[in-house]
Amino acid sequence: MIGLEHYLTVAATLFVIGIFGLFLNRKNVIILLMSIELMLLAVNINFVAFSSFLNDLVGQVFTLFVLTVAAAEAAIGLAILVCFFRNRGTIAVEDVNVMKG
Amino acid sequence: MIQADLNVILPEILLAVFAMLALVGAAYTDKDKLGPMLVWATSGLLIALAIWIGASGDGSTRVAFNGLFVDDGFSRFAKVVILLSAAAVLMMGQDYMARRGLLRFEYPLLVALSAVGMMMMVSAGDLMSLYMGLELQSLALYVVASLRRDSVKSTEAGLKYFVLGSLSSGLLLYGASLTYGYAGTTLFSGIIQTVSAGELSVGLLFGLVFLISGLAFKVSAVPFHMWTPDVYEGAPTPVTAFFATAPKVAAMALFARLLHDAFGGAAAEWGQVVALISVLSMFLGAFAAIGQRNIKRLMAYSSIAHMGFALMGLAAGSELGVQAMLIYMTIYVTMNIGTFAFILSMERDGAPVTDITALNMYSKKEPGRALAMLVLLFSLAGVPPLVGFFGKLYVLRAAYDAGLAWLAVAGVVASVIGSFYYLRIVYLMYFGDDADEGLDAGGSPVLWGFLMASAFVMVAGVVNLFGIEGAAAAAAATLVR
Repeated sequence: MIGLEHYLTVAATLFVIGIFGLFLNRKNVIILLMSIELMLLAVNINFVAFSSFLNDLVGQVFTLFVLTVAAAEAAIGLAILVCFFRNRGTIAVEDVNVMKG
Repeated sequence: MIQADLNVILPEILLAVFAMLALVGAAYTDKDKLGPMLVWATSGLLIALAIWIGASGDGSTRVAFNGLFVDDGFSRFAKVVILLSAAAVLMMGQDYMARRGLLRFEYPLLVALSAVGMMMMVSAGDLMSLYMGLELQSLALYVVASLRRDSVKSTEAGLKYFVLGSLSSGLLLYGASLTYGYAGTTLFSGIIQTVSAGELSVGLLFGLVFLISGLAFKVSAVPFHMWTPDVYEGAPTPVTAFFATAPKVAAMALFARLLHDAFGGAAAEWGQVVALISVLSMFLGAFAAIGQRNIKRLMAYSSIAHMGFALMGLAAGSELGVQAMLIYMTIYVTMNIGTFAFILSMERDGAPVTDITALNMYSKKEPGRALAMLVLLFSLAGVPPLVGFFGKLYVLRAAYDAGLAWLAVAGVVASVIGSFYYLRIVYLMYFGDDADEGLDAGGSPVLWGFLMASAFVMVAGVVNLFGIEGAAAAAAATLVR
């Protein structure tokens, strides 16, 4: 029987993979965008699992909002990335370093 | 029913409809020629809305959309501060942006849209409206950070802000999902019932910690501050001025609302966390700014330290603490508007200068401006008897009354260390060496007006703080019950 804990474990694992993807990735900014998406989708699994467990629709409504916002966020991220690429000629993470910090 | 709900959010609807109509209208007609006109129209609308919201305050609390949106004294106070500061920053930056070809028509409209998001944030009564408001604000801010499309620094600032901002949204959402799961509802009024019913469950505690981390990022508190200096340095200066004012107020007000409205019963738990990030922010802001020569990076560290002080008010977990936080944020925004009016006027041969060594012996050339800046810097440092000192006094007293004497002592120490870098600028302006070529004289009358008005407020406000004390107390009373 697959219970709530299993879903929460999967979601937590995906979320942590997403965070590690953000911090350990040295290659490509696109991978950062994918990691962000992974985090948001992990949260969605959480919401849907809780929603079904609690017999409450609010969690699924929240999921739809998150999906919509994630799409808008990806669009803006890619737009900024295109501008950055035009100026810098690269999208390697280690080249995002004109300002120290 | 829906009519009554729409009435409550009428200011937000007006602003959003204005922004969208203007966006479509400008895209199909004169495009960027409309930029200056739209700046004035948007700031006019923001000011009008601020006056309307301020005047409609009869102390009542109105709830719309089944608790998703709350319009109470607290949110009205925050909205007035947000709208007025956004309007001031728009007007200040107009000249700077126009001369550098940055005054595209999107700029004022993105600021207006982010203002809608901020108004949603401070009125959120549910985790869903919290998230939607936060994202509406953030998405608009990511774009304005990279407004200078042909500059590596500006696009890099936008990229860094976007990646780290999305990370914080992710943390916040994960916290929201755990809170939903363990409280069974996303409504603040429902969460607080579960929280006050007994011991905080582990799931709710984790949810609370994730929510606090996400919001700490938005107010740029340590350990989620790393984006601040880079974004402040890379973004065009008027945008930096905007980042340093309205979004900070909105995020801090949202912080207060979440902690008191949803987790009010667990003040002992979150009080420790908030006190910790408060003391870390104050010290990091004070130490890291010492080595900075770029005035925009310096203001970034200054804002980290100031957010630490505002969080000290929240850490107290009392009504007095929320009042102190509101007063502190209002004063901080007023000081920052004046300071950035000065930074915007720092130019050499028409090009912006951000190095503080350019201020050598500035007092000889422009005694009036130098004096106004001196007042503002002393006020930022918290030197009595200027208004900035009273802001610090309020949060210190709130922390002391709540039994956090150690936090208050740490605040005083951090403030003394932090005053070093403000005083160094004063030293350069009055006693620096004459060898360097200085800044251009002059500057636009609008900037001069904002600088002088802000400095005047810092001096004249000591009489009665212009009555914000009472307004903040009334606002705090509606939040903390």
